[in-house]
Amino acid sequence: MAENPKTLFEKVWESHLVAEPANEPALLYIDLHLIHEVTSPQAFDGLRLTGRKVRRPDRSVATVDHNVPTTPNRQIIEDPIAAKQIDTLRKNCAEFGITLYDVQSPQQGIVHVIGPELGLTKPGQTIVCGDSHTSTHGALGALAFGIGTSEVEHVMATQCLPQSKPKTFRISVEGELPDGVTAKDVVLGIIGRIGTDGATGHVIEYAGSAIRSLSMEGRMTICNMSIEAGARAGMIAPDETTFAWLKGRPFAPQGAAWDKAVSEWRKLSTDPGARFDRELVIPAIELEPFVTWGTNPGLVASITGQVPDPATAQSDADRRSWTRALEYMDLKPGTPIDQIAIDRVFIGSCTNSRIEDLRAAAKVVAGHHVHPNVRAMVVPGSQLVKAQAEKEGLDAIFRDAGFEWREPGCSMCLGMNPDILQPGERCASTSNRNFEGRQGRGGRTHLVSPMMAAAAAVKGHFTDVRTWEFKKAEVMA
Amino acid sequence: MEKFRTLVSNVLPLDRVNVDTDQIIPKQFLKRIERTGYGDFLFFDWRQDAGFELNNPRYKGAQILVAARNFGCGSSREHAAWALSDYGFRCVIAPTFADIFHSNAGKNGILLITLPEEQVQTLLDRAAKSDNYKLTVSLEENTVRDDQGFSTSFSIDPFRRYCLLEGLDDIGLTLRHADALDQFEKKHDAEFWVAPHAEETTHA
Repeated sequence: MAENPKTLFEKVWESHLVAEPANEPALLYIDLHLIHEVTSPQAFDGLRLTGRKVRRPDRSVATVDHNVPTTPNRQIIEDPIAAKQIDTLRKNCAEFGITLYDVQSPQQGIVHVIGPELGLTKPGQTIVCGDSHTSTHGALGALAFGIGTSEVEHVMATQCLPQSKPKTFRISVEGELPDGVTAKDVVLGIIGRIGTDGATGHVIEYAGSAIRSLSMEGRMTICNMSIEAGARAGMIAPDETTFAWLKGRPFAPQGAAWDKAVSEWRKLSTDPGARFDRELVIPAIELEPFVTWGTNPGLVASITGQVPDPATAQSDADRRSWTRALEYMDLKPGTPIDQIAIDRVFIGSCTNSRIEDLRAAAKVVAGHHVHPNVRAMVVPGSQLVKAQAEKEGLDAIFRDAGFEWREPGCSMCLGMNPDILQPGERCASTSNRNFEGRQGRGGRTHLVSPMMAAAAAVKGHFTDVRTWEFKKAEVMA
Repeated sequence: MEKFRTLVSNVLPLDRVNVDTDQIIPKQFLKRIERTGYGDFLFFDWRQDAGFELNNPRYKGAQILVAARNFGCGSSREHAAWALSDYGFRCVIAPTFADIFHSNAGKNGILLITLPEEQVQTLLDRAAKSDNYKLTVSLEENTVRDDQGFSTSFSIDPFRRYCLLEGLDDIGLTLRHADALDQFEKKHDAEFWVAPHAEETTHA
């Protein structure tokens, strides 16, 4: 055992401390600042007002994702307010010397997809972005968290952030994940257990054999939704899977530098005997394909379960909240989850738009057709994901089955672009939030895995992917 | 930033758990590039319901909002804090707050007070039932009082309290450590394995 055993989080935290003033938050250095169009314009304005510069443009990277349409020929954006916001980012990046992956760039994509895939994200880094799903990058062993626009300005001006040290929470998922149970189901299962404020004030480290066995895409899905449990960040110790995935990416070190980097990254794992403020162990065997039934990501049920009765809620506040959620979702207690019919399917978002997600969905869809009552779309997370999927013929599988195959962006995850639900429409979505109106005012969102979303698209209602009839298994290759 | 000392105001009770920032300010208003003018859109969707608390004239002019647990969860959008502030709220009282919202509120001079669930319920009930119900919040004394005998002290991070009391700008405070930052950065830049770009990673 190490003399002073430390957690992964503590190692990254301590190696980025610029100052620890007495009776004040610590000053934490930020390695990578990711920027998008929605949460940055006021920060750039702040810099101009105070005559400050971006301290480290080389540690800042921008892209457009939230507002961009996902239809072809999208250089011209019809919504004038969205167009102005995107144009503002272009001007700001030019003025302050920041690299921008613009809408026509072959590397454009959702900020939390392109950071890792370009190799900008690395183990042991501190990463921030004015976006709560920045927790995604923790899958590579980085300390990555979302910030507000004042903090965006702060990082631009100083490359640091004053931060109170969060507590630590290790969640271990042990054992082999049952067939049909994916990373999305793991994280929905976790949030279902601990609630949407279950990890507030904590950085989660996901550990255990089920987590270790996941691909990088799966790990990113899990870390992505850490914020939905209220966590400051989610992290997974880098290992051979991480290194193999990262090697050769455009901004990854090469040659001798790669070997040196890996030797540094290997030191990051939590030491045996290190103490966490909280611990939770979940046996993988207890996890099932999950579907959310309510208006926050903690309201989940198994695909074999039913819409719960608010009378069974633990407190008055929860009872009222569940009642309100059921009213909004137009669901009745006792309805079997697999009898809930849907109108729309959205496969995409920073949670589930990576190549492995698309492969998993395509495997389900192959040889089937989208139900006549359903409109279904696939939105790859980045241009690189889209190109890879097209190389593998996944786009043809989706198109043949009646899915729309779109250009990369946040799309219907948050409805800041033309992709929205109409009032009353019910959607099986691979995104991360089922809040009221999230995908469009009056829209009803059920969060599921890509496989579950694909199966629902075919059946027209939720269905247990564990009993799916796979028709063309060879597309998995 | 406006200094926060003592606030006497009527109270808007919002007896809901997990009020997320998508409800506080829906996404369609996030496309603007300005920092002001979000107050009209505060709780936009919920306000379409005539019975929503914000539409009730008895709570008009309230600068204190009381809500159930996990207020401000979800998206990191600072627009939520801007909308609350722009509408006129200067203080939110709840059993718990989400982390990012907590940080955003402080940076906009909004005092967040965490009180035990039973105390918050008392405030919610009194605000809903008593006409012209007022609270007095003192950040100098760390107390919350009403005129029906409710009086409690609250704890708050001392540095956050100091910044709110003085209305201080965070960036200026960080720049007090400019020398430490220069020194750290010089050493840290050599640690190429945590740098974003390959061009910095070739000198090993």
